[in-house]
Amino acid sequence: MSVTKEMIPPRPAPAVLHRPLTTAKVVGIGVLILWALLAMALISMVIEGWDPAKFERYGPRYLNGLWTTISLVGISIVLGAILSLPIAFARMAKNRVLNAIAYAYVYVFRSTPLLAQLFLIYYGLGSFRPQLESVGLWWFFREAWYCGLFSLTLNTAAYQAEILRGALQSVPVGQHEGAAALGISKRVAFWKIILPQALIVALRPYGNEIILMIKGSAVVAIVTVYDLMGETRYAFSRTFDYQTYLWAAIFYLTMVEALRHLWNFIERRLTRHLVR
Amino acid sequence: MSGWLSALFNILDPFCGPAGIFTWLGGSGLVSCGDTGWGDEIAFGVKVTISLALATLPVGLLIGFLIALAAQSQEKLLRLAAGIYTTIFRGLPELLTLFIVYYGAQMLIQSVLSFFGYDGRVEINAFVAGMVALAVVFSSYSSEVLLSAFRAIPRGQYEAGDALGLRRGKTMLLIVLPQLIRIALPGLTNLWLILLKDTSYVSVIGLADIVRQTGVAARVSKEAFFFYFLACLLYLILAMISSYGLGFIERWAKRSEVSR
Repeated sequence: MSVTKEMIPPRPAPAVLHRPLTTAKVVGIGVLILWALLAMALISMVIEGWDPAKFERYGPRYLNGLWTTISLVGISIVLGAILSLPIAFARMAKNRVLNAIAYAYVYVFRSTPLLAQLFLIYYGLGSFRPQLESVGLWWFFREAWYCGLFSLTLNTAAYQAEILRGALQSVPVGQHEGAAALGISKRVAFWKIILPQALIVALRPYGNEIILMIKGSAVVAIVTVYDLMGETRYAFSRTFDYQTYLWAAIFYLTMVEALRHLWNFIERRLTRHLVR
Repeated sequence: MSGWLSALFNILDPFCGPAGIFTWLGGSGLVSCGDTGWGDEIAFGVKVTISLALATLPVGLLIGFLIALAAQSQEKLLRLAAGIYTTIFRGLPELLTLFIVYYGAQMLIQSVLSFFGYDGRVEINAFVAGMVALAVVFSSYSSEVLLSAFRAIPRGQYEAGDALGLRRGKTMLLIVLPQLIRIALPGLTNLWLILLKDTSYVSVIGLADIVRQTGVAARVSKEAFFFYFLACLLYLILAMISSYGLGFIERWAKRSEVSR
């Protein structure tokens, strides 16, 4: 029987392997230097081309444009959410006709460009002026802002309907059955049991949809709405100053990044009970 | 040979050929082919849209693949560089990216040329600018798709490659890439459909795509609703054809999977 007479003396940790400059590191540093150079070039351009007169003239216009963009996106997201409810239910309905209509709506609006939809509504419906005037809707389709709002709403309703449908169908059937077994009416079960669970699933896609809408809303600038992009184009056409686009980029990036972080925070907060 | 080939293309032309829809349905009206109608102009727009999307796809995929590789590397700096790229180009509106590339490249080339003593006015090709802008946007989205596909491939696959004595490049090409394509295909299908729609933005910088051509037709003929409806219809048909074709590719890629 062998007995250990002595312990292995403590030894220092193995020496850290000296990592030579790997290709990945070289490429990484190279690209970062490229980014830094680009950033410095842009910053120096802004500083060199700084003109208080331009700032005074176009600064408030930019803020106006920012507000137009935010209100356009906000209103169309809310209206789209309301409109998406019946579409999502029609999409899940057993009625074949209803189903087909909802499917066609979603398919058409998701597979044609927003720009073409906007042109169709603004210029296309604009050519039916006498008919629209007789119905009393001309005031709506005359304004580019309303047309932009209308097409953004129709577009986002199609996307939101799909998000909602996917989320509602992701709730297990057992939840419906459990509610039925407890004698809870269908309406109450939907509002108190199904929808809360579905909305947690839908949270991330909804955040993505809002970001897509902020980016997509830039197209309304082409039909003469002075949103952030429209003001940018206006300022550029007056000054031929490349800075105008950089400022727009800063505004858009800030909006999107702020929303992304806010959404991450909301999601973490709302899914506390699901963390294992 | 080339004459014969172009004759074949003329016969098979889906718009203005002998069996084309505009030839049959256009008659001598608004969408007839030739000088009186807009059929051939719109057919040209469809060709521009398709070729722009097809030209952007490989470039965007390649850049996206490289970005995905950088984003999953062990080198922190490389990850940071890739993160900056995707954050910027996923946050900017496509339209703004297009303007930034279009006017930015123009300015850059002009300043480089004036450095060498040339002071002419430079106009860069709208097709190239559109392609670069769309490829940049496409690559930043496809890098995310490819990155999540990379993460779905277990480490054991790389270790198996090492055990077989394959070099890193060979492991990537023969073991990882085939699985990567299969996993990433549904995501890339979505991105292709988005790319097809995003090509409409190039009409704003004057490239003669579907929206531009139908827009010109609408302005001249005063039939705005008809022509923009036609534009939407054409995009719809392109999307249908794409999803039909991509369905085939998806089934082909899945052929090695166990059917359940």
